[in-house]
Amino acid sequence: MWKWLHPYAKTENAYQLCVTLQPWLWVSALVCLAVGTVWGLAFAPQDYQQGDSFRIIYIHVPSAILSMGTYVAMAIAALVGMVWQWRTAYMSMIAMAPVGAVMTFIALFTGAAWGKPMWGAWWVWDARLTSELILLFLYIGVIALYGAFEDKQQAGKAAGVMALVGVVNIPIIHYSVEWWNTLHQGATISKFDQPSIAPEMLWPLLISLLGFAFFIGAVTTIRLRSEIVRREMHRPWVQKLAHETSENS
Amino acid sequence: MNPLLLGIFKRDMQIAFQQKAELVQPLMFLLMVVTLFPLGVSPSPETLQRIGPGVIWIAAILSSLLGMERLFRDDFIDGSLEQYTLSGMSLPAVATVKVLAHWLVSFVPLLILSPLLAMFLNLSMDMFIALMFTLLIGTPLLSLIGAIAVGLTVGLARGGLLLALLLIPVFIPLLIFATSAVDSAALQLPYHPQLAIIGAMLLLAAAAAPFAIAYSLKVSQN
Amino acid sequence: MQFDSFSAFLEMGGYAFYVWLSFGVTFGVMILLVVLSFRQHKGLLKSVLKEQQRQVRIKEAREKSHASSAQ
Repeated sequence: MWKWLHPYAKTENAYQLCVTLQPWLWVSALVCLAVGTVWGLAFAPQDYQQGDSFRIIYIHVPSAILSMGTYVAMAIAALVGMVWQWRTAYMSMIAMAPVGAVMTFIALFTGAAWGKPMWGAWWVWDARLTSELILLFLYIGVIALYGAFEDKQQAGKAAGVMALVGVVNIPIIHYSVEWWNTLHQGATISKFDQPSIAPEMLWPLLISLLGFAFFIGAVTTIRLRSEIVRREMHRPWVQKLAHETSENS
Repeated sequence: MNPLLLGIFKRDMQIAFQQKAELVQPLMFLLMVVTLFPLGVSPSPETLQRIGPGVIWIAAILSSLLGMERLFRDDFIDGSLEQYTLSGMSLPAVATVKVLAHWLVSFVPLLILSPLLAMFLNLSMDMFIALMFTLLIGTPLLSLIGAIAVGLTVGLARGGLLLALLLIPVFIPLLIFATSAVDSAALQLPYHPQLAIIGAMLLLAAAAAPFAIAYSLKVSQN
Repeated sequence: MQFDSFSAFLEMGGYAFYVWLSFGVTFGVMILLVVLSFRQHKGLLKSVLKEQQRQVRIKEAREKSHASSAQ
């Protein structure tokens, strides 16, 4: 594992890896998203309680799960960068941040649009919506901290510390908000707590989840490439690369 | 205690008492924010009692953000922070001492001011006692976690607003548990579970934060 | 297919607005992110090229001034 991973600590190799991976990620993302969406929208059976409004689940749940997953991935990248002094780890962390923030936004927006017909209000201080909102704040904090530093090397390390502080806090925030929510509200949200989901509803959901994951991977690779170019501007291989792309276009 | 650390502690206390304005201004801010609520929401005693714990805690968090920068800013500017790093002293220990000094000068006055705030917001005696407990174990947590973010932003020209952006989401669990402890006290219910949770968070922070602060100070000095 | 007709599909059992709004905004935001990311990458490569050309020009100007001062 270590021997396999180690060469990618070098930026040039990491860049090449991104270039090779990218077409596969884009194709898988497009296929999975198309299949998941069409299946979910047109072929999955109706929910007996919520009718067709439940079809929002096929984008809401994947984006919500992956918004948290991306944050954890960021924290792992920050930890790897800190322990093994990998610059590429910090770069991939910061490449993930905007993608994760967009996922969080999608989860919040679709949650609101689902809440309106179900609860009668665009926004309720439901435990899950609230902790998702706080997650968005954490993402914004990391991105803002990274942007505030001139020296991007330093910026990566600082944003990494913040990502780790955030990841320690996510479970605490999650449980505190849940607990707060049960104190302050009755059981109005039982509609979302279905014990199980029918398999013909679950399959498109899983495919859609996979599609979102591939999408995050694909956007992260292109952003990681940008990050590498920005930091290695004066390296000969980057300058050669810039020449080649300008000749091709 | 190590004499060097004791020296840092004494020096920090002396400097804090020389700069009285910086000490008093966050407290005045706190008092004024609390004054705004009866004017803006409602002066009725029942409403004030209901929102009181939340108001005091929110005001305490906001006012602590104002003075937080002071933790490392002056030491960073005059170079003493670099001296600490180079001196061979353990940086986490230095950080702990500085956080302790910061807590003593910025939060102990808040504790002293809290009876007045409780009176303004019509808190009952039980609620006031619970509030004191939550402030007593909750504010060191503010100092410890705040110091990590201050360490990260100390080298930035305009770190103040960024500091608030980074810290407010992290303080949310503390706000939830602290206000709910006081609410429980209002209903004559036991509130030690909430205090225990805040205490657990404080212990976790006390164990981990000094190292995070030391690391972030190193990053800032780069 | 769960729906009897295409218009029933568009109607989404009366929830058309919410369902299509969610899906529209989701894919809109995702496409925006992709476009911005690619544009950023192209812009960066361009700025690398520009910076390089600037360095070459500086070098040339320096050599020229050297040559003229030597004469």
